[in-house]
Amino acid sequence: MTSPITASQQSSDQLNRNSERIQEILAMTKRLFIQLFRRPSTLIAGILQPLIWLVLFGALFSNAPAGLLPGGMSYGRFLGAGLIVFTAFSGALNAGLPVMFDREFGFLNRLLVAPLVSRSSIVFASVIYITSISLVQSIAIMMMAFLLGYGWPGLIGMLLVLLTLLLLVFAVTALSLGMAFALPGHIELIAVIFVANLPLLFASTALAPISFMPGWLGWLAAINPLTFAIEPIRAAYAGPLNLNSVVLHAPYGEVTGIQCLLILTALSIALFVLIRPLLNRKLA
Amino acid sequence: MYLIELKELVKSYGPVKALKGLSLTIPKGCLYGLLGPNGAGKSTTLRIICTLLSPDSGQVYFGGLDVLRFPGLTRKKLGYVAQEVSIDKILTGRELLRLQGDLYHLVPGKREKRIAELIERLDMGEWIDRRCGTFSGGMRRRLDLASGLLHQPELLILDEPTVGLDIESRSVIWALLRELQAQGTTILLSSHYLEEVEALANQMAIIDDGRVIAEGIPSDLKQQLGGDRVTLRVREFSDENESEKVRQLLEGLEGVREVLVNRAQGFCLNFVVDNENVLPRLRDELKSAQFNVFALAHSQPSLDDVYLQATGRTLMDAELEVAGIRDVKLETKRAMR
Repeated sequence: MTSPITASQQSSDQLNRNSERIQEILAMTKRLFIQLFRRPSTLIAGILQPLIWLVLFGALFSNAPAGLLPGGMSYGRFLGAGLIVFTAFSGALNAGLPVMFDREFGFLNRLLVAPLVSRSSIVFASVIYITSISLVQSIAIMMMAFLLGYGWPGLIGMLLVLLTLLLLVFAVTALSLGMAFALPGHIELIAVIFVANLPLLFASTALAPISFMPGWLGWLAAINPLTFAIEPIRAAYAGPLNLNSVVLHAPYGEVTGIQCLLILTALSIALFVLIRPLLNRKLA
Repeated sequence: MYLIELKELVKSYGPVKALKGLSLTIPKGCLYGLLGPNGAGKSTTLRIICTLLSPDSGQVYFGGLDVLRFPGLTRKKLGYVAQEVSIDKILTGRELLRLQGDLYHLVPGKREKRIAELIERLDMGEWIDRRCGTFSGGMRRRLDLASGLLHQPELLILDEPTVGLDIESRSVIWALLRELQAQGTTILLSSHYLEEVEALANQMAIIDDGRVIAEGIPSDLKQQLGGDRVTLRVREFSDENESEKVRQLLEGLEGVREVLVNRAQGFCLNFVVDNENVLPRLRDELKSAQFNVFALAHSQPSLDDVYLQATGRTLMDAELEVAGIRDVKLETKRAMR
């Protein structure tokens, strides 16, 4: 039987461990933010690129016939949701790069030699960092879209947008961190990012609805995780939010907003479960 | 009392066997030197002790604790300064030390106090608040050493700590290591610099081809060899053929043994004489065989002689051999997690 003193010691040890865990996660996250503030070019580029897309693509299709897009939406408003998701997706896809550079330059060894309460703190720090950056970038795009007259989703809609982005960012960050540990170097990681980025954008409903696409591309778009993030956000921009309403008319059936979020949740969990053995092996 | 015990460590990187049953013991409180040429297995040994690598087989104990079973407990007690300085170029020196302190869970007050002490001790005050990317090799090494010492480890592991450093940085580091050892810190240092190990270590092991080939107190190892060391040059630039002929002549002389042609130093000859009385007779024999004596140096045994005795080649020869076949890029890849 456990004595009260032992139980109290255990509780105190657990408290200590939690406090140490927080200390190490905050320290590693702080390092990433210091790097960002001293080298802000990636953050700025990450905001500028979708803004340019928003302005140029928005202008390109500004004279499209009214009623062409679902719900009579303007192309700028249609595009806004796609670019918000694309921004978050691109940022999260790059999440593995700092980790890869730490591996290559030996800084990871400094972290691994330290008596971390859990080596998953290294992953948590990356997730916190990249999630914060993606959200900041996405909010910048939303504000710009608002200034360009493409609408604002309202407070509840904004919460839905942030929740959707969080789910997508978790999933893609897991994928990127997995690649950062699995691939041999940053050249290979950048190559994969380069190959995945734009094709996934074009094979989603970011730039055009499924009804505009040839059958095979429609199928691709309908199973593309980006689409499951884009459509609830687009619905939030379109009007009063109802998660039970259909947001995606896919070739295989109709998908509601809540179903999109569930799919993204499942994807995030599945990817973290999938990369866990790899992280355990690499960080053992 | 031993702080570290390594038993029959075996480690391979694909087809390359880095450690082939390496065993050694490191007493508590000593400054222990691991000497050996590049590629001998020194870094692999150190990386296993500091839990960065697992051996394929063998055991590692830290103060009786099984390191392979309890790596977390071991990490708290050791400081590791790697061969390649791993600093974040964007952070300032002070920020890097703070990060290190947080990784070792120091409370902020103690962390700042230790940082201030180390800045003063390692003379880093003038540049510690600059970004690490602007530091010279010596400054980076001092900062790395400060990182390893921040949590006051029981064991400090240094992998080739002074490679490529200027004399000032080297002397600062040597002085600090002597001071730490005097205060009771156990220090394990790898080096391929003979003079560094001779100057610092009070116990040492020579590693060659993944095994310990000699272990003990440096002065004992040298004395055990017996005899005096002689280096002979018959001409300023001899060729292998001529040196081989001289070798055959010397091997026939009484009181002369272990004659070797040293390719790394222009085919000079290294050998051992029982005492210095052998030398006049040796000169006469060379003269009769019509060989000149361009230079003849006579000295007490060195650690290089210990290495020579054990392996049949000098440390420099071993370095040159390895230099031709080493793939540094591949080794870096292997070192990556």
